[in-house]
Amino acid sequence: MKKKRVAVCAVSQRRNESDLWYERFQGMLLDLLEDLRKQAGFHFEEEGGVDMVVSCSDDIFDARTISDGGVTDVLGAHFRAEEKIAQEGLNAVAYGASVILSGHADLVLVMGHCKESQGESRNRITNLGFDPFYGRAVGLDFTNTCALQARQYMTSSNVSDRDLAGVVARARRCGGNNPFANARQPVDPGKVMASPMLCDPIRRLHAWPVSDGAVGMLLASEERAGEFTDKPVWITGFSNCMDSYFLGDRNLVGNFALRKAAGRACARAGIANPAEAFDVVELTDAFAYQQPLWLEGLGLCGEGRGGEFLREGGPGKCGVNPSGGMLCGNPMMIAGLYRAAESVLQLRGEAGKRQVKGASCALAHSSSGPAGQFQSVLILEA
Amino acid sequence: MDGGADKEHCFVVEARMALPNEYFAGRTGSRFLTALRDEKRILGVRCPSCGMTFVPPREYCERCWSKIAENWVELEKEGEIVAHTVVRYEDRHLPKKPPYILALIQLKGADTPFPHIVEGVDPAYVFPGMAVRAVFAKVPVNTLMGIDHFEPL
Ligand SMILES: [Zn+2]
Repeated sequence: MKKKRVAVCAVSQRRNESDLWYERFQGMLLDLLEDLRKQAGFHFEEEGGVDMVVSCSDDIFDARTISDGGVTDVLGAHFRAEEKIAQEGLNAVAYGASVILSGHADLVLVMGHCKESQGESRNRITNLGFDPFYGRAVGLDFTNTCALQARQYMTSSNVSDRDLAGVVARARRCGGNNPFANARQPVDPGKVMASPMLCDPIRRLHAWPVSDGAVGMLLASEERAGEFTDKPVWITGFSNCMDSYFLGDRNLVGNFALRKAAGRACARAGIANPAEAFDVVELTDAFAYQQPLWLEGLGLCGEGRGGEFLREGGPGKCGVNPSGGMLCGNPMMIAGLYRAAESVLQLRGEAGKRQVKGASCALAHSSSGPAGQFQSVLILEA
Repeated sequence: MDGGADKEHCFVVEARMALPNEYFAGRTGSRFLTALRDEKRILGVRCPSCGMTFVPPREYCERCWSKIAENWVELEKEGEIVAHTVVRYEDRHLPKKPPYILALIQLKGADTPFPHIVEGVDPAYVFPGMAVRAVFAKVPVNTLMGIDHFEPL
């Protein structure tokens, strides 16, 4: 039997900004939905319309419970299958695709949003991601747990403060070509190295800027994709993996979860040698040190070789984050969804000044949880 | 879109979320937390098939799925720093005033480290392998902060 396929038919991104206080997330989503409709011409009728809407949001960031309840109307999610992913947005794409593969739907909208600016402190929000007696009580959050990982990694892979400054400077150069990026101003490596320590060895400019944004996407079955686009982008592989709950149970520099996720996604896509396979690699790098660490996990760079790889200009040669990546600012929860949207634009040849010429295979990655506990990999092909 | 956005008559409602709540620590967690609070003992659980000793304790070994909840072992109050950072930002969820040292600490007798705070040493002199000991809270605390912090030996 022929394997079913799922196509991404249209994507739409809200430009990331640091404080969209004058926009509701409902309004941002509605703008994206209208844009997607203009691109792909779908409708919401019972016959032939959108079968299912998958939203992606976080209750604490939205400051309400059942946060999807706040967006069902603007997403046209009434009277059809409505689902929410309360997890990194790349998994919403996988969820939508799996429903299409199951045969239960042909047309799925994936719509994610997050306004980090709404909460007084994103560190206090991620502190709530831990249990109250062991993790939360000791003040763990995603910044300080990442700092523990960062120092171990910089030692084990010979990554210097200067190397990380280079990662940030390159990210900003790339971000300057991306109209959807938040931080689009170039930054000098010296300025990065002079920026204050947030949580050693993580400096303020090593961290992604507080960002608000939203991303939308239309997925369709292979049978129907042609109705909505001439340039379908195919989802050919996906997997995710969750590492151990307790930070101390994990090898923080071993990339256990990412290796599993990437290995399974590549196997699904029939990719034997990931180091040679991708024209574009869109990575979720919340902090600068994560870029080489995740590249090791993806097998694009040898284990323990992260520092060397950066000094050889590896990320540029491998097509890593032409968008500028998360270092130029995406909200938590949907950074991976932005990675997927950027990958789709690249594969359609619509990435403007950041276009990687002739890109035909891309990898979109997401990482969430403390010190990258949860890793997801999506493979897309033109 | 930002430059042209209509920002007149835009009202932002200031709100806050706060809800005192209860959270069962589980039977395994209860034993660990009360032993820490009332007897100043740090307990781990050992998996008989893997031979691994875990702290904080858990009911099942995630590596081999053996039930390990009753295999309590008392750990020493001393151990070593596996990794560390210096928290330099201030926030309400943090148990200490910055700057302070947050570290992964592996106790003697345990195979897994856990995160906690180190005091009494200049961050510049902290290194992996540094020996530390637990300093217990002077008043009863119902969380892992029953250990107030660790200090160099
Ligand atoms: Zn075991």
